[in-house]
Formats: sequence, C-alpha cells, structure tokens
Amino acid sequence: MKEPNDVILKTATKAAVVIILAFSIHLFLSGHHNPGGGFIGGLAFVAAVVLLYLVHGIEKVQKNIPVDFKKVAGIGVLISVFTGVGGMISGNPFLNQAFWMVDLPLFGKTEMATAVLFDVGVALAVIGASLTIIISISDDR
Amino acid sequence: METCMSIIIGILFAVGTYLILSKTLLRIILGTSIIGHGVNLLLLTMGGLKKGGPPLLGLNTLTFTDPLPQALILTAIVINFATTALFLVLSYRAYKVLGTDDVEQLRGYNDE
Amino acid sequence: MSWLHLIIALPFLCAILVPFLYQQFNPRIHTGWFILIVPLIIFLGLSSYIPAVSAGKIFYLTLPWIPAYDINLTAYIDGLSLTFALIISGIGFLVIWYSIYYLSRLKEALHNFYIYLLLFMGSMLGLVFSDNIFVLYVFWELTSISSFLLIAYWYEREKSRSGAQKSLLITVFGGLSMLAGFILLSMITDTYSIREMISQAAIIQAHLLFIPAMILILLGAFTKSAQFPFSIWLPDAMEAPTPISAYLHSATMVKAGIYIVARCTTIFGGDPAWFWLVTGIGLITLLYGSINAVRQTDLKALLAYSTISQLGLIMSLLGLGSAALYFQVGSAGTFYAIAIFAAIFHMVNHAVFKGCLFMAVGIIDHELGTRDIRRLGGLMHFMPVSFLMILVGSLSMAGLPPFNGFLSKELFFTSFLNALKMPFFNMETWGIILLIAAWVASVFTFVYCMIIIFKTFLGKKKDHKLKKKAHEAPVGMLIPPLILAALVVAIFFCPNVLAQHLLQPAWEAVLPALAATAPLVIKISPWHGFNTALLLTIGVIAAGTVLYITYEKWRSVYRYYPEALTLNNLYEWMLEKTEAGSRTITNWYMTGLVRDYLVYILGFTILLVGGTAVFFEGLAFDSSRDAAVNVYELVLLIGMVIAALTVLLAKSRLTSVIAVGTLGFMVVFFFVLLRAPDLALTQLVVETVTTVLFLLCLYHLPKLRREKIPLRFKAVNGVVSVAIGLVMTAVALSANSNQLFTSISGYYLDADKLAGAKNIVNAILVDFRGFDTMLEILVLTMAGFGVYTLIKLQLAVRRKENEGTK
Repeated sequence: MKEPNDVILKTATKAAVVIILAFSIHLFLSGHHNPGGGFIGGLAFVAAVVLLYLVHGIEKVQKNIPVDFKKVAGIGVLISVFTGVGGMISGNPFLNQAFWMVDLPLFGKTEMATAVLFDVGVALAVIGASLTIIISISDDR
Repeated sequence: METCMSIIIGILFAVGTYLILSKTLLRIILGTSIIGHGVNLLLLTMGGLKKGGPPLLGLNTLTFTDPLPQALILTAIVINFATTALFLVLSYRAYKVLGTDDVEQLRGYNDE
Repeated sequence: MSWLHLIIALPFLCAILVPFLYQQFNPRIHTGWFILIVPLIIFLGLSSYIPAVSAGKIFYLTLPWIPAYDINLTAYIDGLSLTFALIISGIGFLVIWYSIYYLSRLKEALHNFYIYLLLFMGSMLGLVFSDNIFVLYVFWELTSISSFLLIAYWYEREKSRSGAQKSLLITVFGGLSMLAGFILLSMITDTYSIREMISQAAIIQAHLLFIPAMILILLGAFTKSAQFPFSIWLPDAMEAPTPISAYLHSATMVKAGIYIVARCTTIFGGDPAWFWLVTGIGLITLLYGSINAVRQTDLKALLAYSTISQLGLIMSLLGLGSAALYFQVGSAGTFYAIAIFAAIFHMVNHAVFKGCLFMAVGIIDHELGTRDIRRLGGLMHFMPVSFLMILVGSLSMAGLPPFNGFLSKELFFTSFLNALKMPFFNMETWGIILLIAAWVASVFTFVYCMIIIFKTFLGKKKDHKLKKKAHEAPVGMLIPPLILAALVVAIFFCPNVLAQHLLQPAWEAVLPALAATAPLVIKISPWHGFNTALLLTIGVIAAGTVLYITYEKWRSVYRYYPEALTLNNLYEWMLEKTEAGSRTITNWYMTGLVRDYLVYILGFTILLVGGTAVFFEGLAFDSSRDAAVNVYELVLLIGMVIAALTVLLAKSRLTSVIAVGTLGFMVVFFFVLLRAPDLALTQLVVETVTTVLFLLCLYHLPKLRREKIPLRFKAVNGVVSVAIGLVMTAVALSANSNQLFTSISGYYLDADKLAGAKNIVNAILVDFRGFDTMLEILVLTMAGFGVYTLIKLQLAVRRKENEGTK
C-alpha cells in the first residue's frame, strides 16, 4: 500500500481500534445473557484488526502483532472440541455443558459456565479463520 | 408481513438463480450471496414474525420470537461468509492461472 | 453357529491365511499342499451326515445375520444339498491336488489362485446349503465373481480377459434375473425361506405372477448352467487353467443352475410351461452342444461343448421328471419321476468322468504344450496312463459298459421312453420327437468321444508338430484323475451303494410330497435284458461308429454353418451397440457445462418440490395470522427489490458488488425490525468484511463483459429462475399457512433453567445445539486454510520459478 499523508485517519484509528476492541470483548462476555457471544465478539475483533491493516499496511501490523492466525483458528477449534470431551468425562453426552453459581469476592454472585469456554473456542476460531482469509487475499500481489 | 416476506424471498431466489446460471464467475458468486440472504429470510419467516420480543430472557416481556431459526441463521451467516471467501479466491485464482473467467471456457476437454 | 456353518465358513477363513502361507513357504513348499487340507476336512465332516440323511433326516440350522429383515444364514441339509456338497468338496480335493503339479510354484501367482479357489469353494457350499433367498443370491453372485477371477487368472492374455468378461456379464445378468424372480416369489408367499415357499407351492401356482417368477428364475439357472442360447460363455471360459475348467466349468459351478432347477421343481413342477421350457431348452442345448463338439479341434473346447450338451441332458431330464407333479400323489407320478433320479445320477457321473477327462487333457497340454487335435496322435505308447484315463472317461461319456455313464444313459433313455406314455402336455405327438432328438444327440456324443480317443492316442505320431518331447506326467499328477477313473468303474459295479445313500435322499429332497406317498423303489443294474433302452444304446453305437468312420466325408457340412449368425457375433454386436448407445446418451446430456448441470438440478428441484406440493395438496395461503406491515418495512422491501434488480442489470463490477452489499445491510435492518439483535450484529460485521473481501478481489478479477448468450439459453435461464422464485414463494407461504404442529421453540425458552443463559439464541448455539456450532467453526477454519493454501502455495511455486529463471 502506498503511503499517503493521512494523519487524521491514523490518529482516529488509534482511538477507534481501542474502542472496537473493548466493545468486542464486551460483546463476547455479555453473550450469555445479552446479544453477543463468540461469533459477534470474534467478528468485531476481526473488524478492528482489519481497520489497522487498512490504515497502517500489512507489513507494519504483522511486525507488531506477530501472531500466526492459522494457529489461532486451530487452537480455537481444539478448545471447543475439548470442552465437549469434558462433558463426556463427567458421564454426560459429548458437548454437554454445565454451569455453577459461584460467589466471587469482588463480583458477588457470578455464574461460571463451561459454555463460556466453548465460546472462547468459537471466538478464537472465527478470529483466526477470518484473519487468515483476509491477510492471505491482501497479501497476494 | 409474512406474505410480503414470501414474495421478497421468491424475488431474491429468482435473481440469485439467474445470476448463478450466467457465465461470469463474479456474477455466480454474487448470485450465491443473494440466495444466501433469501435462505436466511426464509428461515426467519418460517418461525413466524413479530410474535414477541427478542429472545432475551432478561427483558421484561412475556412472549418471545422463535429463537431456533435465529440460531440456525447465525450459523448460516458465518458459513456463507466462509464459502463466499473461498469461492472468491478460487475464482480469481482460476482467472489468473487460466486467463478466463468464462465458465464455458473452463470446462476442460471434451473427452473428460 | 454350528459345525455346518463352520464348514461353510472354513474356505473363507482359510483364504485369509493364504497370503501369509505363500509369503512364508513359497517357493520351498507348494502352497497347494496347505490348501489341500481344507476340502478334505469338509468332505470328511460332511460324510458324517450321510447315515442320518440317507435315513431321511433333514437338518435345519439357523444363524441370524440381519434378523431385522428376516435374513438368516440358514443352513439346510437334505439329500440334494449333501450330494452337491460332497461333489464340491470331493472334486475340490482332487483338483487342488492336481493343481499342485499343474501350476509351477516358481512361475505362477499361487496365492491369487488359491484365494480365488477357496472363495469359490466356500460360496458354492454356501449356495447349496442356503435356505434364505438373499443369502443364496449373495453366494450365487460370489461364485460368478470367483469364476470371473479364475478365468482371468492369466490376465495378461487378451482372450482370458474377454472370456472372463463374457462369463461375468452373462452369469450376473442371470443372477439378477433370478433375484428378481425370488423377490416375486417372496412377494407371493411373504417369506424369504425357500423351504416355506415350497410348502406354499399351491398358492404360488395359482398366482398371477407365477409365470414371470418362473421365467426369471429359469433365466438365472440357464445362464449359470450354460444352456442354449447362453452357452457361449462356457467355451471362452476354457482360457482358465485346466484345474479350474475341471472344477468350476464342468463339475460344480455350472451345476448350480441344475441345483436351482431341482430345488424349484416342487414349486413350479407340474405346470406345462415349466415342463416345456426346461425339457425343451435342455434338449436344444443337448443337441447344440453335441453337434458343435464334433467340429472342435481344441481338446478343451471339445470338452466345453460336451459339458454344455451334458448339462442340457441333465436339464431335460429334470424337465421330464417335473411332469410327475402333474399328479398330486400316487405311483403314477413316481413312474415319470425316475427322470429326476436319472438327472441326479447323471450329474454325479458327469462330475466324475468329466473331471477325469479334463485332468487328462490338462496333462496332455501340460506335457506337450498343445491340445490341438491336429497336432496330436499316436500318444498311446508314450502316455499309457493318460490314455487309460481318457479311454475310461470317454467311453463312460459315450454311454458304454462297464462304466457309470452307461447306467445313467440307460436311465436317460428309459425316462424318455416313459415320457412317451404321458397322456398330457401334448406329449402324445411330441414325445416321439423328443426321443429322436435325444437319440441323435447321443449319436453325436458317441462320435466326439471317439474323436477324443482315436485322434489323440492312435494313428501316427506327429513329432514335428510338437514343441516338447512326448512323455508321461509325474506320478503325483496322475493320481487324482486315476482316482476319478477308478470311481467311474466302481460306480458301474456297485451303483446301489451310491443310490441308496445319496441319490435316493436327493430324489426325496426334490420331490418331498411324492416321496411321502409313493417312494421310488429303484435298483440300478447293468443288465435289464433286451429292452428298448438297450436297443437304443446299441443303435447309438452302430450309428456313431458309422458316422465316425465317415467323418472326413461329411465334416464339410459344418462349413455351411452361418458364421455371421453365430451367438458369439450376436453377443459382440450387442456389447458394441450397448457401449455406443450409452456413450451417445451420456454425451448428449453430459455437456461439461456447469450451467447445464445446474439447469438439470434446478429443474428437478422445481418438479420435486413444486410437484410434491401440488400432488399432496400442500399448497395453502392464509394471511390471517400475518403480522402487520408498517411503512419502514415497506420501504425496506422495495429497497431490497431495487438492490436485487440492480445486481442483475449492473454493467460494472463495482456497482454490482455495492448493490449486493446494500442488500446485505437491508437484511440487517430487517433483523433489527424482526427482533433478532444477535443476527443483526453478526450480519452487520460479516457484511462489512464480505464487502471488503469482494473489493479486494476486484483487484484481481477482470471487468464484467456483456455476456453473449443465445436468446434460447437466456429464455431457459429466465424461466428456470422465475420458476424457482415462484416455488420458493409458494413454499414460504404454505409453510406459514399450514401449522401442522406446534413449534418446538417452547423448550428453548427454559434456557435460563437448563443452561443458565438469558440469551436464548446464544444458549442454543453453545449449549443445546453445540454440535452445529462446533462443526461450523470447523468449516470456517477449513475455508480459511483453503484460502491460505490456494494463495500461498501458488506464491511459493512462483517464487521458485522466479529463482529458476534468474
């Protein structure tokens, strides 16, 4: 990508990316009770990274985020599968999820659900796969 | 509303089918994309429209719309995205390697 | 599971061991020595059933296979199946012994040979013991397949391959017809067991499907037993190694058709159609085979035609005997049922003397490198033992004493003479013609038997035409045919031992009803005094001798045989036409154009979905439950239509991509309006990313062209698209109007209690339907990797090429 003088864009991006990332994490965490969840959270994260690519160019971003997104996708799928196996260990069918209510010191009465772990896998897989696709395509010159 | 939606679904399917039957790769991809929208709307319509509030139990409503089609559509959207991406790359690769985006010329040899 | 099942399974189990044995011991020890044990065990095991079976006992042992469909591995031992099984294992033992000397352990792929052979042995045993029609059919086809493999054993020869193909095509065609026939029978009787079908024979005979079922089953039997006009595969099957010809193509497999006809005699017998089909085809085959055998110059081809004619003989006897069932009970039936006895007796005799003959011819072929009659002659002094075996076998086949063939030939004539007295089936006029045909065929049989003996062993020795020096075969190779030759003589002198222990029970198994009321009391003896049958035999010898001596004078008659009209040419012509026809049809619709295939698929979708909706009256329209439409929604709807049409008409790539993006965002608005916040969020992000992807790819893709599509294609496309749209609209409307059952979504509304989640959609995704989601992200990841490999591998190749050019 060429290097135009786009100071405003770059500055705005810095703020926007932080907001989008925070929002994506919020979407992800609130997914169990409000609109959101692994897919949306993951995709919003992807949107943030894509914005970075658009503004700063691929090489620069890859240097600063040295993550192989193919591995992220693979890890995501593995996490989801293993949470499923977890259900089997406790004698339930594959992919059976469980949840408990736990009293945490700061948060008060909080719900712990294995479904969240599964959702983490989903989110990672979505992030990894989508970014792999986008980076591959934009890399092909 | 359901009747209107049914008609729209029909139009989307017809347009998408016509595009798929054309010869240009890009048109075919756009056609699958449009058919994907048609399918999603069809699923949603099948569950009934505006039967209640959004399927969030935290809201203080008594009735909810059918959540199952929504879950199915969510899956469909993501898969649609994946296949569209793959199809796009496949088609422009084919164009770069073979030098044509005309499906008729991509058919290969007669004795195959 | 019983001992009997184990016996049937034994060849299959041992076949698994063959490769290991071959690998371990070849070429030190010939693999055949290990295999030899298998038929021996089977033979001895089955022999232990003889006393019980000859006392009239019947064994019925069931092992469930697919009980849900009433398909069981039921083994059924009666006289008939035991006789067959003893032939299979007995001849099998001798053939394997013989093959040890016939096939070189250094040059041949012995493991293949013995695996196929064991496969055949097991399936043939299964075939004769099965009671369930489906199990029987499976074994039946397995014998066809193993025969195919064995004929093509020397697969590098063109003739072996075409012979194998021919036999497979014909016998599998017959097998499928037979299956259809059996299924018809099972529809009539509502059972899959042959035994129960037999008990319902009266119902079957009165049924409308009686004739179709009979013809279909006979097709199976006739193709397998090489009856005219399906006999053409048997001469070509002689490309197989000689042990196989002796075993499959004369002693056992070709008798499977005989077995089926014998088994079904109680079901179909007594009907004029069955009588005339089986007798008529049998007699035609008998004549055709014997007349053609005379003109052969290849010894094995001669034996093949003689096998065809002998099979025809047995078949015609079975047909004659079926007339016994015309009378429901009583000794009048038994009078004609002697033919059935003669058929079984001749079947055993034929297996013995033909096995001996084949092995002897194999020895000549093996030791001299040729089996062409024109090159052979005067071998008597060099191969005395082989001469003896050929002499015994041929004279037995010709029907001369003191060999077993004489006895069954006498019974054959007796049966035809008895048939003259039939007061039904128009036999008053036809009986004498049948007798003459049988007699003429016997004369020709006599002639070709003389040819085998005299042309090969007497006369001048033609050393210059032989590749090898004439000498006798090793002793081990001579023993198996000698055993058979000894049996030929032994059966002549004490036929009643065999008759009492095996043939009588077999006869009773074929005609159980008759056996219960009027049992056959028969005592075979070589001498009956000067009766008509003996006179006929003497006539055969006299006429046959005359014809043989004058053979050189009348052989030119065969030149008038119309070569272009032979069955083989017909077969070739049909094969060619079928191939050409199927190629034409396939090329007509397989155009190689994706668009055409899509039109087929969509066309069928329209017909199936639309047709089903109309046919089952599923179409409905009821807008009373519809939600109200407000202005925003109406505007959105119109916007969507416009966006869709823009894509259709757009001339530039950018316009169409943006139009599709717009459509996507309008769908987002719909999701918002229709109370689907999760969907709206996801669709929003996905649509953005997708549009970005499209724009990235536009960089690589060419500009849109005006498509030059013929108007006819455009019209078809348009019609198909509109039809699809209409069908989908109809489906959507009908789905909303037909509320056949209440939605299952109520269950998911308890998400909070069941999964601890307040967002039901999310709960469904990660909890209730986690499998969907798991596989979905798998798809997504695979698509990601697909894109990555498509691009990166290409890059790597290009980089390498660039380096190469530098």
